[in-house]
Amino acid sequence: MTMTEKAKVRSQVNDFSIKLANVNGTGSSSANGLLVQAIFRMGIPVSGKNLFPSNIQGLPTWYEIRINASGYTARALDYDLVVAMNAQTYVEDIQEVTSGGYLLYDSSWPLDPDLEREDITFLGVPLAAMCLEAFSKPRERILMKNVAYAGAVVALVGVDIDVVANLLAENFARNEALRDSNQRALRLGYEYAMTNFDCPLSFRLESLHENDDSILIDGNTAAALGCLYAGATVAGWYPITPATAVMDNFTKLCATYRRELIANDDPLAKPEYKNNYLIIQAEDEIASIGMVLGAGWSGARAFTSTSGPGISLMSELLGLGYYTEIPAVIIDVQRVGPSTGMPTRTQQGDILMCAYASHGDTKHILLFPANPHECFEFAVACFDLAERFQTPVFMLSDLDIGMNDWVVPKLSWDDNFIPDRGRVLSDDDLAGIPEFFRYTNEDDHFIAPRTIPGSDAKGAYFVRGSGHDKFGRYTETPDSYQEVIDRLKLKHAAAAAYVPTPVIERRKKATVGVITIGSCDLAVREALVELDEQGLVCDFLRVRGFPFVEDVRAFVEEHNRCFVVEQNRDAQLRSLIAIETGVAIEKMTSVLAYGGFPLSAKQVVDSVLTQMEIS
Amino acid sequence: MPSILKPFIPLNPLPKNELGLTVRDYEGAMSTLCAGCGHDSVTAAISHAFFELSTPPRSIAKLSGIGCSSKTPTYFVRGAHGFNSAHGRMATIATGANAANRELTYIGISGDGDSLSIGLGHLMHAIRRNVNMVYVIENNGVYGLTKGQLSASADIGSSPKKGEPNLLAPIDPIMVGLSLGATFLARSFSGDKEQLIPILKAAVKHHGFALIDVISPCVTFNDHEGSTKSYKFFREHEVQEVEADFVPLRIPIRAKIPSDSAKEVVMHDGSVMRFRSLPEGYDPSDRSKVEEYIRDRQSRGEIATGLLYLNESGQELHELNHTPDTGLNRVPYEKLCPGADELTKLQADFR
Repeated sequence: MTMTEKAKVRSQVNDFSIKLANVNGTGSSSANGLLVQAIFRMGIPVSGKNLFPSNIQGLPTWYEIRINASGYTARALDYDLVVAMNAQTYVEDIQEVTSGGYLLYDSSWPLDPDLEREDITFLGVPLAAMCLEAFSKPRERILMKNVAYAGAVVALVGVDIDVVANLLAENFARNEALRDSNQRALRLGYEYAMTNFDCPLSFRLESLHENDDSILIDGNTAAALGCLYAGATVAGWYPITPATAVMDNFTKLCATYRRELIANDDPLAKPEYKNNYLIIQAEDEIASIGMVLGAGWSGARAFTSTSGPGISLMSELLGLGYYTEIPAVIIDVQRVGPSTGMPTRTQQGDILMCAYASHGDTKHILLFPANPHECFEFAVACFDLAERFQTPVFMLSDLDIGMNDWVVPKLSWDDNFIPDRGRVLSDDDLAGIPEFFRYTNEDDHFIAPRTIPGSDAKGAYFVRGSGHDKFGRYTETPDSYQEVIDRLKLKHAAAAAYVPTPVIERRKKATVGVITIGSCDLAVREALVELDEQGLVCDFLRVRGFPFVEDVRAFVEEHNRCFVVEQNRDAQLRSLIAIETGVAIEKMTSVLAYGGFPLSAKQVVDSVLTQMEIS
Repeated sequence: MPSILKPFIPLNPLPKNELGLTVRDYEGAMSTLCAGCGHDSVTAAISHAFFELSTPPRSIAKLSGIGCSSKTPTYFVRGAHGFNSAHGRMATIATGANAANRELTYIGISGDGDSLSIGLGHLMHAIRRNVNMVYVIENNGVYGLTKGQLSASADIGSSPKKGEPNLLAPIDPIMVGLSLGATFLARSFSGDKEQLIPILKAAVKHHGFALIDVISPCVTFNDHEGSTKSYKFFREHEVQEVEADFVPLRIPIRAKIPSDSAKEVVMHDGSVMRFRSLPEGYDPSDRSKVEEYIRDRQSRGEIATGLLYLNESGQELHELNHTPDTGLNRVPYEKLCPGADELTKLQADFR
């Protein structure tokens, strides 16, 4: 097939997007990841978003690659090139190509003429036929088709083929046969495209140096690194999408960095080691948080990773942790609810649940990272906050942050860091006081010192989730009960000064404020540029922690109108701001996206402009 | 009800243990349970067992769930830290605490509602993990605090104080434990201090999860005619054939034990569990024989008590996970954080 000249010629360098439509379980994700990593290595800002089904094999899955030299790599909704590898979804995939764009398909089989579109270019590559000829094993023929289409894309958009070849060499350094197959497949697709099409296309890549100080990492890996660096030693968890990789990574990291070989004089002895960690795959999320609380009570840094359904199950014990004042860290990688919802899709639907998790009056400390870099930093901060304030602390990541690869600044560490273990009385401390009562002697932040099991008997006390007075004794007396629960409210409020501060950006002549949270960050920032071009100048605030600092209230108050952009149906962040700061909820207009795919700037711009017109 | 401090009444000099402590030092607050409650006898047995073992109070951690039984940790070893958690969840909290600090002696007190209904899953998994702890089920067949509903351990045909007799099969924690590879399974009776104290001592010294099912009659809601967990019923149906003595490591064995009936199991610390009377053909280390024996007794309407099964060769949670001998909560931070240089190096993987 030859290329057809189209009326509209697109010409973009380092500013376009690709969508790859695949069948899940066929090995496409590694080929797609390969492209993203190669583009990253070319120094160009890029993102890869995996839009995958909750299924092992056979269902449609998509992968989107956005390239943007300015770093706006939120999800794009117009695709310059669609790689259609799944005949089941041809109809919709072909519709998604932007006018003037290209569609690459497997021309081993003829394309239904009804699917043709006049305004786009069809690029047929006989991928299956080529792989059938080049490879003998059935499984290899399927797998290598992916690398072959990647090869064609490499040629079409101008990915540096040497960079890709090096990546394959690195990835398969220990498997020569696989390395050779991959290299051959890459060349198959590449050569075919170079021979048959005008490569590169009008939109293409040119190497930059934007990523010299960056890494390509997903949030779950970064969160696990944070837990490692924070000094977590005990973890209880239950497998759940999209949080599983947090613990998978933590386990791998611990096996590398927390294993101490025991010195042995006998050179022939089997090497023995000790693990400075204990990770328990629990029977459910209730047990996971129970283990974390038990370990926190005992003075170890402990955490669990889960998603919304897990938080629902943990609710009872989260209240226990709150009321008995035990440190715990919970990493919630949010997915679409309610109920099972859509496990492989992203949402910010756990904000209110986590803020007030458990029955009775409970309030928790929440941290909201926007990207993997913040996942690392905030995970570390969670442990300090949990021990300082003696309470469960949540980090609310989401599937988009947790499971997709993001280009973020390199992670850094200060070797002078000393963990904040909070107010814990040693035996010497106990010797210096006449008597110890668990919930007395609070400091300016309403935090009372605690003791750890195994302490001198003078510090022994009875943790109880039942009503207790400030001495830690059982009570059913209103005043004694209220005295403790009122202090807990003040303690929670005091944490506002210690959670990550909001990111606030004020612009000259701004007329409205835009407030957002977590993974909305990039899309909202891009939207603000677009809105600015359309004449609407906006101030920006991204909430990064709860309880809120005064700045959040002030920001809402100082604007006649604020938009609150978040990914849930019920405007949970807006409600939380109204409830907790007392600002009039009418001052905040919601921009909501909750279908399960990562937010795009277009959704924000369209919603803001529409709502501006209405009012 | 508020917790009440026990009045200190000086008596004749009480015997002291190796630490110079008396049994009073192993007691706690005054019980607020009903007069005659079986649980108070278990509490007393626990105080005695720790006293006799000379366990330093500060090295003990006592945990419980919710229910009458779960109130009792305040009534023993006041010098130990305690944790009265949530209904059915004690095993999970104990697992986490033990994971963080293996150096303490953990004792969990639970009931049949706590352990066999709401917390059954957690109990089973704690058994599987072989968490090194003593786990006491104070089993009375009813929910006391909510006024006498039947629990999952109630026998078929057993009647509550009000309402219809139970028609559902009971859950027997010993049988559950046998099926899961438990390493220490005992059944006893709150009214039998002579049997219970040695079992508790052996449980403390056991290297792994030690489950003790203590039939502990509820005088208020389950001590009537028609109950199979009443003092009367139990005394009439108990079969004490599996009798054993706990012989601590440091005390020389004086008693002459008839060789024909004795079986010894050496505990992890070198102390010995000596079975002084065993039924014909019974082997407390043979899972299938134990199961057969208990079933046989049950079919005759009898309840076998004693240390029914013991396996000292299993690996407990920490051995399975190769953790250090000292508590993870004591590992210095410098050993836990790989540091800045390593962070720079490892990020090469993310390029």
